[in-house]
Amino acid sequence: MAELAMCVDVSKCTGCRGCQVACKQWNGLPAVKTGFSGSYENPPRIGGDTWTRVRFIEKEDSGKMRFLFRKEQCMHCTEASCQAVCAAGAIQKTDRGMVVFNDDRCVGCKNCVVACPFRAIGLSEETGSSRKCRFCYERIENGMEPACAKACPTGAISFGDRGKMLTQAKQRVSDLRGLGVNARVYGENELGGLHVIYVLDDEPEIYGLPANPRAATAGLFDNWLHALAGVGVVAFAPFWLIFRERGKAPDKSAGTEVDGNA
Amino acid sequence: MTNHYIDLKNTDCALIIGSNAAENHPMSFKWLTKAREERGARIISVDPRFTRTSAKADIYAPIRSGTDIAFIGGMINYILRNRMFNEAYVRKYTNAAFIIDDRYDFKDGIFSGYDSKSRKYSSDTWKYKTDSAGQPLKDETLQHPRTVFQLLKKHYSRYDIDTVCRITGTPKGVYMEIADTYAATGARGKAGTILYAMGATQHTVGSQNIRSYAMLQLLLGNIGVPGGGINALRGEANVQGSTDMALLFHLIPGYLNLPSAAPQYATLASYLETETPKTGYWSNKPKFMVSLLKAFWGPNATKDNEFAYQYLPKIDPQVNYSHISVFEALYEEKIKGMFCFGQNPVVGGPNANKEAKALGNLEWLVCVDLWETETSTFWTEKAGARPADIKTEVFLLPAASSVEKEGTVSNSGRWIQWRWKAIEPVNDAKSDGWIINSLFKRVKKLYENESSPAAAPIKHLLWDYGDSDEPDIDKVAREINGYNVFTGKQVPGFAKLSDDGSTCSGNWVFCGMYPEAGKNLSQRRDNTDEGGLGNCLNWSYSWPANRRILYNRCSADYEGRPWSDDSKLIWWDPAKGDILKGEKGKWVGLDVPDFNAVLAPAEPGGTNPFIMLPETVGGLFTTKMKEGPFPEHYEPWESPVNNSLSGVQLNPVVKVPKTAMNEQGSPDRFPIIGTTYRVSEHWQAGQMTRNLPWLAELFPDMFVEMSESLAKARGIKNGDKVVISCARGEITTYALVTKRFKPLLINGKQVEEVGLPWHFGYQGIATGEIANKLTPHIGDGNTMIPEYKAFLVDVRRAV
Repeated sequence: MAELAMCVDVSKCTGCRGCQVACKQWNGLPAVKTGFSGSYENPPRIGGDTWTRVRFIEKEDSGKMRFLFRKEQCMHCTEASCQAVCAAGAIQKTDRGMVVFNDDRCVGCKNCVVACPFRAIGLSEETGSSRKCRFCYERIENGMEPACAKACPTGAISFGDRGKMLTQAKQRVSDLRGLGVNARVYGENELGGLHVIYVLDDEPEIYGLPANPRAATAGLFDNWLHALAGVGVVAFAPFWLIFRERGKAPDKSAGTEVDGNA
Repeated sequence: MTNHYIDLKNTDCALIIGSNAAENHPMSFKWLTKAREERGARIISVDPRFTRTSAKADIYAPIRSGTDIAFIGGMINYILRNRMFNEAYVRKYTNAAFIIDDRYDFKDGIFSGYDSKSRKYSSDTWKYKTDSAGQPLKDETLQHPRTVFQLLKKHYSRYDIDTVCRITGTPKGVYMEIADTYAATGARGKAGTILYAMGATQHTVGSQNIRSYAMLQLLLGNIGVPGGGINALRGEANVQGSTDMALLFHLIPGYLNLPSAAPQYATLASYLETETPKTGYWSNKPKFMVSLLKAFWGPNATKDNEFAYQYLPKIDPQVNYSHISVFEALYEEKIKGMFCFGQNPVVGGPNANKEAKALGNLEWLVCVDLWETETSTFWTEKAGARPADIKTEVFLLPAASSVEKEGTVSNSGRWIQWRWKAIEPVNDAKSDGWIINSLFKRVKKLYENESSPAAAPIKHLLWDYGDSDEPDIDKVAREINGYNVFTGKQVPGFAKLSDDGSTCSGNWVFCGMYPEAGKNLSQRRDNTDEGGLGNCLNWSYSWPANRRILYNRCSADYEGRPWSDDSKLIWWDPAKGDILKGEKGKWVGLDVPDFNAVLAPAEPGGTNPFIMLPETVGGLFTTKMKEGPFPEHYEPWESPVNNSLSGVQLNPVVKVPKTAMNEQGSPDRFPIIGTTYRVSEHWQAGQMTRNLPWLAELFPDMFVEMSESLAKARGIKNGDKVVISCARGEITTYALVTKRFKPLLINGKQVEEVGLPWHFGYQGIATGEIANKLTPHIGDGNTMIPEYKAFLVDVRRAV
């Protein structure tokens, strides 16, 4: 069967966050207790109970104000770091390109959480297992689009055959370039091909996306375990730090960005 | 909206002013995004703050709150000076060619006919010059110095770009870009739409703000065409419906004026004489009025008793019954009891401290809501009150939500859409219909044995919506449409209503929605879009007469041909007339003609598209507005600067509040402009969203948005707690320091503006201080809509 993908066109996103709420509603996720975040962004990060959210970025380019919005969620990578580092075998890839977690097998070790180059996985306090976007697979199986795509009022989120999504994204990029927008597709080849394709109207780093994301591998993880065993310490932090650094985009907009993620 | 939501996809340019459409009407951006993608439409956002709408706009311009007339007046001047208006349209479809009375004048901010003592105008001099037969004199060359066109030109010649930018704070470069971009929609076959909301209406000059938009649209030929129009994005899902059904203090259903106790309304005959114009479609008003009275009082409304006209309550002509006035009367202990249906004035009302205090003067208060609100708990310690001091007895009736009841909702585009009940109401919650029906049946019973004149209207009211407590909503719908009272047959449309008492209709504009038994057109769900404009004529029902775009005769030229192939809406087809009936042709096309369907363009009146106005052409000049024929810029009640355009600071006809708890702030003490607004994530006074965890997590707290420069000057950091003070009180909240607010240069002086979402209160999950504690009790000159959008504050760090 053909692979599926979601296309997120940031140039059409109005940041209404209907997708955030629709995701929680369809998946029955509890609300997170949040506080004033200093921006429109909330909850402050993706987690086991928040599978998608919109990032808000304020930017000024030679006096011209920009207010950018990007919906973030699991990218359903072909080279899925989460799957590579999962010792419990709880993570599988479907033949349609989706990365799915098996709650029953997950032991809550958080390896996947730290290995994800997009920081799109979290541990649910409710279930004690890692959870993330599942592309609403029961909806897809029944011929519907994911809840976030359904809720999107402007058509910024579309879903379907990956080939079609790519064609659509490329056409849109070409249209935007025709209007002088510095547009590009993100996700075509990154990590073997993502199943969330972005139409970006600027460089990925501005939107908090790594320009060249790299996958974590099981081999690397084993090396770390040996090293840790050698010193007799079960320490998580160094591993977490390394992958965090690997996943982190160089922040080109530093100094001008008001980012509730901080 | 003269047009409708889907029609936004047909626009070439959208001017969004006084509206944050992307945040507060997200669906509008479905269609605007389409217009952009498929037609290369341009989107302009004019707002004091860079919003999520601005983020999606091609051009953004900052504007100081309360200066829309200066902004639009400058555009009118620019368009007239550079002859960028749609000349063919203006010449015939507006009153530009009409000649005005010699006595009409305008000097230093004041039109002729002003009485400074009463703060009122007499409109005696705002008249057309007429010939001996009473017909208006015209000069279609538009050259005569007393034509509307020349007077308009003269009036706005003072609104040169430099002056305008000094008033609005808009940088000149971007102002010129907007003027040029929007004026381009004046070209033949091009369309521009204006989207506005409460950012435009909630001002002391709110009505004139909207009128200035409408005039700009007339000049550019943008009314009555696909992708054009003057489009109010209404503040709630059913505000349009509630307005149509007269949830306004001066109207009865169908935009008929409520009679007052003045002599001209003493009898039905004198009411109709006073209210019915001789020309235009409103000349049918007696049919609508009598049919309404028949709907109210049924068999008890007869020709002999003036169709029960005397049963209608008459308002006191000296008293204003608007929201502010009601709360002032409450404060002065003039009102004993109050029903609050889905309203939360302690959060949503202006001058909320005063309104909360005023509630304590009630003997009883009934709140009907989904949750406990700040209004139903105004007497608690949580509200800062001392319960022992408050004698008001408060009842809270749990209301069914919109998915727990059946009925109609009319959207901003005038589409009346039936909604079916999805689930039963939770616990004891009841529909509004249930509550009103049960209440009125009980009231009626109480008056059963009364014989006083006051009892008659209640005893005789026709109230036959079934025996159960839940009213038969289908029967209500049938009555709103109207039926023949002898045969019981539904009236097929308002043209068939009669003033002889043979028909009833609860609202003439809805007549046609339920044209025959079993055919409730508001239930239609066929989205076939013939012609591709999105008019979808078989989807629900659009009043009047299922028209999707009002004044659509304007979409065709004098001869009845579409202005361009790209903008086809309706046109005259000489082949379509019924020869046997002597018809020379027919108006046909992609919408229901808003015109006599068989009146040929060449016949008298054949080029007069505005059939609801007595002069049947668009009113660039009007006698209907209390401040004068042309919108003029005045400063808000609390303003940091003096009026640059005249010596008149404040709208000369507004009622200046001189009541307690409503102090006016001065710019020396309160130098910063305050404004209020909404966010996508919360709804109105918040009772429906602050109680929902998924929405509460998105915006869990109240905040104030301010510029980096203001924050720096006051030593405030993003996330600090700050105090916002005004002459009427202060609130403490979080600072959201943002690049999206910038100081404006007003008359050479740097002026800061801060913005507060007004959703918050102390009830529910997401809580915060009430922004409306800062807004004043002063209303618009025509409507008394409160000034929520421009007031003076100061900001300091909370200790």
